[in-house]
Amino acid sequence: MTEPLSRPKRKNPLKKTRLPLLPQGVRSRTALGLTAAAAEGRFQLQICADCNTVIYPPRDACPRCLSARLPFRDVDNRGTLLAETTIRTSTDVYFRERMPWRIGTVRLDAGPSVVAHLHGDLHEGQRTRLNLKLDKSGQAIAIALPAEDTPNMQDDRQWRELTCDPKFRRVLITDGRSAVGQAMAEACSEAGASIVFVGVADPWKPFAGEDSLRKLERVEIVALDLTDTISVNECAGEFAPRVDILINTAEHVRAGGIVERKGLTIAREELEVRYFGLTRLAQAFGPVLRARGADGINSAAAFVNLLSIYALSNWPAYGAFSATEAACLSAAQSLRAELRQGGVKVLNVFFGPLETEWYQAVPPPKVAPSALARATVRALQQGLEDMFVGDVAEDIRMRLAVNPKAVERELAS
Amino acid sequence: MTRQPYDGVVIAAPVTIPYRRYSTNTAHWWVGRAVHEVIHKAGLKPGDIDGLSLSSFTVGPDTAIGVSQHLGLSPRWLDHVPLGGASGVVALRRAARAVQCGDAEFVICVAGDTNQVDSFRRMLSTFSRFAQDAVYPYGSGGPNASFALITRNYMNRYGATREDFGKICVAQRANALRFPHALMKKPLTLDEYMSARAISDPIHLFDCVMPCAGAEAFLVCRDHGARSLGLGAARLLSTIERHNAFPEDPIQYRGGWALDIAELYAMAGVGAGDVDFVQTYDDYPVICMMQIEDLGFCDKGEGPEFVRSHTLTADGTFPHNTSGGQLSVGQAGAAGGFLGLVEAVRQLTGAALGSTVAEARVGLVSGFGMVTYDRGLASGAALLAGGQA
Repeated sequence: MTEPLSRPKRKNPLKKTRLPLLPQGVRSRTALGLTAAAAEGRFQLQICADCNTVIYPPRDACPRCLSARLPFRDVDNRGTLLAETTIRTSTDVYFRERMPWRIGTVRLDAGPSVVAHLHGDLHEGQRTRLNLKLDKSGQAIAIALPAEDTPNMQDDRQWRELTCDPKFRRVLITDGRSAVGQAMAEACSEAGASIVFVGVADPWKPFAGEDSLRKLERVEIVALDLTDTISVNECAGEFAPRVDILINTAEHVRAGGIVERKGLTIAREELEVRYFGLTRLAQAFGPVLRARGADGINSAAAFVNLLSIYALSNWPAYGAFSATEAACLSAAQSLRAELRQGGVKVLNVFFGPLETEWYQAVPPPKVAPSALARATVRALQQGLEDMFVGDVAEDIRMRLAVNPKAVERELAS
Repeated sequence: MTRQPYDGVVIAAPVTIPYRRYSTNTAHWWVGRAVHEVIHKAGLKPGDIDGLSLSSFTVGPDTAIGVSQHLGLSPRWLDHVPLGGASGVVALRRAARAVQCGDAEFVICVAGDTNQVDSFRRMLSTFSRFAQDAVYPYGSGGPNASFALITRNYMNRYGATREDFGKICVAQRANALRFPHALMKKPLTLDEYMSARAISDPIHLFDCVMPCAGAEAFLVCRDHGARSLGLGAARLLSTIERHNAFPEDPIQYRGGWALDIAELYAMAGVGAGDVDFVQTYDDYPVICMMQIEDLGFCDKGEGPEFVRSHTLTADGTFPHNTSGGQLSVGQAGAAGGFLGLVEAVRQLTGAALGSTVAEARVGLVSGFGMVTYDRGLASGAALLAGGQA
């Protein structure tokens, strides 16, 4: 049974912060199919399109019929742990400082044997569920979990190395004035975050929902204006060493395309809040996050971007907005590469229209702010890199995988 | 179709370049020393060598062709055998056919590797595509972890105990104490074996080979060639080779020998009972036990009982790894795949450097290697006979 984590003690500021090291992240191009699945929390392996053999490790020819048609597909993740070992000596510096480390051979019901990391509650001979996760290097690995959930299983040492669980971590939510920001604060508090800093521009100005926000356990409101570089830097100067998860909830939603809007005022505002806001946060908090990726139980873990699904394909009814979101997505990809050196994940949460005033004229289905917040926390607990929340986001994601041009035309009609 | 016998093919001039834990020399140096030693021992000139077979992990970016220029040889037959622990047997069986068919007259088979500080770690992470994608990111325990899983499964399945594996290691150490080139010079007791520190459970310290630098080599030629040079030589009776056998086994508990063993004995015209000593590939003792079964000395699953009921030293009821094997001599990369073969030729030609197996007439040498994912892929074996057999 997993020993529950205990709240980390205050850190001695004179102690050296352990440098974040990474496990080896080199993979063959084909193996990146596993990384794509792991990023979204799916369990996919190659299945031969000609003979249905399930294949692992990833290959470029089917070992049964030599077919080259080997797409990654969802596969039954159940199996049996045939043998386990506890590694006590490793040649790799990342694993050396995490010894002992358990791995085992899992025989999947679907066929192949998979060498996998082991959850502490799983033992030789038992049934297991295999998950694909991203390790600190950002590449996919398999971890074998007990067949049924066990108490405190999320606190397992090897599992927590793969996730960004808010439990006992300190969270910064960058904009608490919005419904999404407030829902996010509540969800993180419920998930056991040890403190939730909530940024509010000009906190002396009252705002809707302020009372209930202030009543949440372990929530602390801090001054933060994403459109003001000095404000962001001051906030980082005071709080960055105590922020383990940063969730950017800034939003700026206005209808209208590129042609019909007169002038650049709204476009500038959008960019100021969203793109430059993200840039300011990245520059102020990124270096500290990246340095603290291996700093114990409450190591820096994640930078979260809430992105409209229209970042992936422009919705001309909100055309200029979509373009700004696309800029933020592109910046997030760079941020992901830059923070990975410190073992910090960048989680992108994609969603369609929200149940908020700015999407008033849009017909349902829409995503409630509380649902978005819960999904974000779930994605952190699962260590995902890309999360799609709600029917619209999921629908567009699937359609894009089939025919991006069709999505472009259909969103324009 | 019946396989052609290896009539007239012999192995001579067995050479070991004494191993070192770490070496500042390159693999080319070690290979060069071994080739030089074979030529010297055989009384040949470099120009007489018209065939070369090379096995090495650390000779990169060169292969056999670059090494032929490096050594100033002009062979008309050239082979590169990157098969790790199966290199010796595979190099031998290819060279044997070349010599038998007249494509070459004198073939030197050589395996050599250097071991520089950190070269082992760098080799592990890039050993194979599957290792890179599906093994190294899992704790980076190297072969210790991979064989720990195989060993665990074997213990669960067949009731082998650590004491059984310990008996194999202790006997090899006893053999090694009389072998001058062994890196391990201290006696090993079963108690010491049992109380050694865990490396990757159930693998403990004395289950592991010590990576080192070294080289092994031998000469393959016709019997009349060896006779005219006045060389003692062993005759090649039969060989087998198999790769990626039993891919459907969910975890390895047998090797390719199990497919081909009947052919090995039939081709040689001898049975397991005629074998006077066995040199198994001993990267881990569980693999020795697997070979004892798969090579026909007992049935599958009876390896533990076989070990319990035999003595395994050179003077025992089952003389096994008579020079001490890699477990006690050291693992000099691909040379580990030659060690047993070179030792077998010494035993059969009355030239043992350490313990001598009394009246050894027929020896069995087995090779095993290349864990690219979760199991050893390559297996091979050869039956050799001394002059009078």
